[in-house]
Formats: sequence, structure tokens, C-alpha cells
Amino acid sequence: MRSALECCDARKVFYVKRERKNGTALSRLFAMAIPKYEAVEAVDRLTFDVAPGEIFGILGPNGSGKSTLIRLISTLLLPDEGCIKVFGYDVVKERFQVRKLINRVSVDAAFFKGLSAMENLSYAARLYGLDRRTWQTEASVILERLGLESDKLYEPLEDLSRGMQQKIAVARAFLTHPLLLLLDEPTTGLDPVSKREVQEFVLEERERHGTTVVLTTHDMQEADRLCDRIAVIDHGKFVALDTPEGLKSQVSTNGNYVTLEEVFFALTGKTLKGHTKSAN
Amino acid sequence: MLEINRELRRSYALVERNFNLIKRYLGWEVVFMIYTVVNTLTIAFIGLSPDGSGQDKVLYLVVGALLWGFLSVLFHEVAESVQWERWEGTIEYSFMAPMRRLTYLVGVCLYAAAYGAIRTVIVMFAVVSIFDLDLGSANLLAGLVVLLLSSLSFIGVGLMAAALPLMSAEKGSQAAHILEAAILLVSGVYYDVSVLPAWMQKLSVISPATYTLRAARAAFLDAASFSDIRNDLVILLATGVVLIPLGLAVFNQAELCAMRTGKLKRSG
Ligand SMILES: Nc1ncnc2c1ncn2[C@@H]1O[C@H](COP(=O)(O)OP(=O)(O)O)[C@@H](O)[C@H]1O
Ligand SMILES: [Mg+2]
Repeated sequence: MRSALECCDARKVFYVKRERKNGTALSRLFAMAIPKYEAVEAVDRLTFDVAPGEIFGILGPNGSGKSTLIRLISTLLLPDEGCIKVFGYDVVKERFQVRKLINRVSVDAAFFKGLSAMENLSYAARLYGLDRRTWQTEASVILERLGLESDKLYEPLEDLSRGMQQKIAVARAFLTHPLLLLLDEPTTGLDPVSKREVQEFVLEERERHGTTVVLTTHDMQEADRLCDRIAVIDHGKFVALDTPEGLKSQVSTNGNYVTLEEVFFALTGKTLKGHTKSAN
Repeated sequence: MLEINRELRRSYALVERNFNLIKRYLGWEVVFMIYTVVNTLTIAFIGLSPDGSGQDKVLYLVVGALLWGFLSVLFHEVAESVQWERWEGTIEYSFMAPMRRLTYLVGVCLYAAAYGAIRTVIVMFAVVSIFDLDLGSANLLAGLVVLLLSSLSFIGVGLMAAALPLMSAEKGSQAAHILEAAILLVSGVYYDVSVLPAWMQKLSVISPATYTLRAARAAFLDAASFSDIRNDLVILLATGVVLIPLGLAVFNQAELCAMRTGKLKRSG
């Protein structure tokens, strides 16, 4: 069967200005005039496949390259090397085709905060070329399921809670019927109840439409709960890729029960205090 | 034809969105409008002599103020469109939609033109209601054609300016403001360019607005015919025809550059 997403040696390097905090005033001035750049390997030659209908989790600490990978897939960044295909279409050469098949929810809801939910949805629907009647009936179904009272939908989004905004963002993404949905930390910063509701919603929608989902998170429970397979990413590299159960058994010694959290710390070499464990 | 129709309907996404935003911040819109009306009136009063004469001078100033009002709004709305989406945090959402960049930019320009036209008409009514302007001999049609042709150049320059924030977030927007100020200075909006120092006059030659104002004043004040202002019209058309594709090309390159270097957005 054809993959929903194929990633082959995908690589992205950023060049960021190196900060000079010490040294004489003169040398700092010099550094300001001629900035030095250092390379950050945000995504370091990743290769993986995602099957249609799968929920694929990418679990990693802050700065590990999750968002960069999502942006490469969503045609917002050009890979330096390697190739990424969405349902067979190349994200660089066939950008336009890929864009028709995907949608993305970012950690910040990315709305016009002064506009209402309905106005934002209308904008999205027009961008994606949906006709008015179709999207309005569908939106009302989705929004009702999310338990959003209709008068809230006409208030500026900035007056709604973050949980509410994030749910509308997920609803907006599903409205365009993406075959591949990219969720970049969709529940980060949400309270436990909103978190649950967003997770439920994603599961239900996947059930309903068979959407393939790539989800990044640093929430272990979320990954465990939603994902069919999980890749653990650190410094732009996958340090493991398996089913949640598989990951746990990799780390578990003599059949003891381990949580995904323990797996994560074992694989990324980080302890809870953030110190790096020694090699042995 | 069907294709064009569909793309135009998509462009309308931007028009609707921006007018919704105006509705949301209507209070500010009214404030800015009042400010613009007052500003235009004060400029027009400069032309009036204490004995009530000087209607010609008033018309001279009013033509400058209205044209500049329209063209600067047009330039501004186009130039700031990207910066604004970046500020709202929606730029990635808008740019990853399956919409041709041309369609997006046409939407931006349509909105800018509609918004500029509405504002200009309101100011015009305010001016006409206070001043007794004699437009009896004016060639209004020629004036309108001048305006349309100049719009092309301003959209072209606006597109290039819009691309700047894609390459450098803050400096790009600052550069757009400086550019606008420079055009205002050298194009003879409120005075004849001949009063400028020689080096500024050299700059005025490369500003499309110089030709706009000269031709529009000829049409409104001197009842010039189309053949009288033919040279200026040709220059305006030619710059527009060159600048719009150039603006689009610059924008596309800037977008690719942003996608390569990660300048579109970093956080999240
Ligand atoms: N647009 C960008 N420009 C420069 N550096 C970036 C950019 N985006 C990400 N980075 C850097 O790349 C690394 C990975 O970042 P990111 O993909 O955002 O991680 P995550 O989403 O896992 O927190 C970080 O070191 C980050 O600073
Ligand atoms: Mg991130």
C-alpha cells in the first residue's frame, strides 16, 4: 500500500547568529558588525514512513526538531537534503498538490484573534475553495460536537479560552478534509480537561474520516493514548521508533512495567532534572 | 474563464477577512478617517487667501492630497500585508493553503484598492462640502485613467515592499516606510517639483507619482485632453507593466528565500 508520508534522509540546518556575551567591548562590537553564524542541525537525516490512517507520534523535548519536521512536511520550509513525499507528491516540486492534501494545527492557534471563530472559519474555507453552504453545515456539526455554544462563535477569538481556541483550530483543520493532518503540540498549555477534549476529538475525527495524523508532543500520556507508533526525537535524530508497547519493552528489563516517561528519559539520556546521564 | 472566476472567488477570502477586521476595529477606523479628513482640509485651507480667492490653489492642493491619499493607502496596504499576517501569527496558515500566491496577492491588491477608494471618496465629499471647487472644465475621465494607471505602479512597488519583511522581519517594514516617505518628498504632491533642490529633482524623475500628479493636475486644473497627457500616461502604463511582474517575481523569490532560511516563522 502507498505510504501517506515518506521521509527519506530529510535534513534541515539553520544558521543562527552566535551570541557573544563575554569579551571586551571592542570584540563584542566587532562581533556585532561581522556576526558569526553557527549551524543548528534541526532535522538530521530522518527516514520514516507513515501508513494511511495511522496516528504517528513524534515525542521529543523542546528544541529537538519536531516543529521543523512538521514545517518541512507542510511545505513551509525547504529541506536542505533528502526527500519528503505526501501521498506520493514531493513537498518541494509538487508543493501545490501537497497543500491540497494537508492541514496543520500549530501550538499557537494562528487565528486573527480580533475576528470571531466563524469569521476565521470563513476565511479558511475560502482559502481552501470550499463553498459556503457545505462548510457552514459541516462547521455547525463539528462545533456542536465540540460543545461550543453558538453565541461564543461570534465573539472575537481573543475572548475565548486557549482550550476553546485550540479546539476551533482543530475543527478548522478538519473542515478542509485533509488526508494528512499535522498536529504540532496541539495540547501544549491546555488544562487537563481541554487536553482530553482535544484528544477525544482527534480520535473521533480519525475514526470518521480515516485521516492520517502526525502529532508532535512532549506529553507522554498523550503519545501513549493517541499514537499507533511513536518516534522519539532528540537533536534532530530519531533515537527510537516503535509502537508504544514496543518502546516500553525495549527499555524494560526483565519484564518490569515501565511508563513511556521512563522510556523517554532512558532514550534521550535525560533525567528529570535535565542532567545528562553518564554513559553507563 | 471558469478558472479565473474560481481564483477570483478565492482572492475574495482576503477582501472579506480584511473588511471583517475593519468592522471589528471600527472605532479606530473612524478615528483614522476623521484624522485624514481634517488633514486634507488643513492642507486645502493653505491655498485659500483671506479675500476668499485662491480656489485654483485649493484645487491644486486637493488633487495632490486625494491622489496621495489613495496611492499611499494602496501602497501601504499591499506593503504591510505580509508584515501584518506575521504579526497576527497567521502567515504560515495563509501561505500553506492550496492557493496560488498570485491569487493571494490579487486579493491583497483588490482589498487595498477598494479600501483606498472608499476612504478617498469620503474625503472627497468632505472637501467638496466645504470648498466651492470649480470642476466644470476638468477632464474627470482623464483624471480617473491617470489614477488607474498609477495604481499599477504603486501595486508593483508595494509588492516588492511586501516581500521585504519575508527576508528581514523588522527592517523590511521599516524600509517600506522610508520608501514611502521618499516618494512623498520628491513627487511634488503639494508643490511643483521644480522648487526642489537639483538632486531631489533627479529622484523625482524615477518616481511614478511625479507623472501621476503632473498628469492629474493637467486633467483637473487645465482640462487637458488625453492627447495632451499622452506621454505621462504611456510612462505610467509602461512602469506599471514592468513593475507588477517584477514585484511578483521579487515576492516569489523572497518567499522561497524565507522557506529556505526559516524566516517565515520560527517559534512554536
Ligand atoms: N526558523 C528557524 N530559524 C533558526 N533556527 C531555528 C528555526 N526553527 C527552529 N530553529 C532551531 O532548530 C532547533 C529545533 O527547533 P524546533 O524544530 O522548533 O524544535 P521543537 O519543535 O522540537 O521544540 C532549535 O535549536 C531551534 O532553535
Ligand atoms: Mg515546536
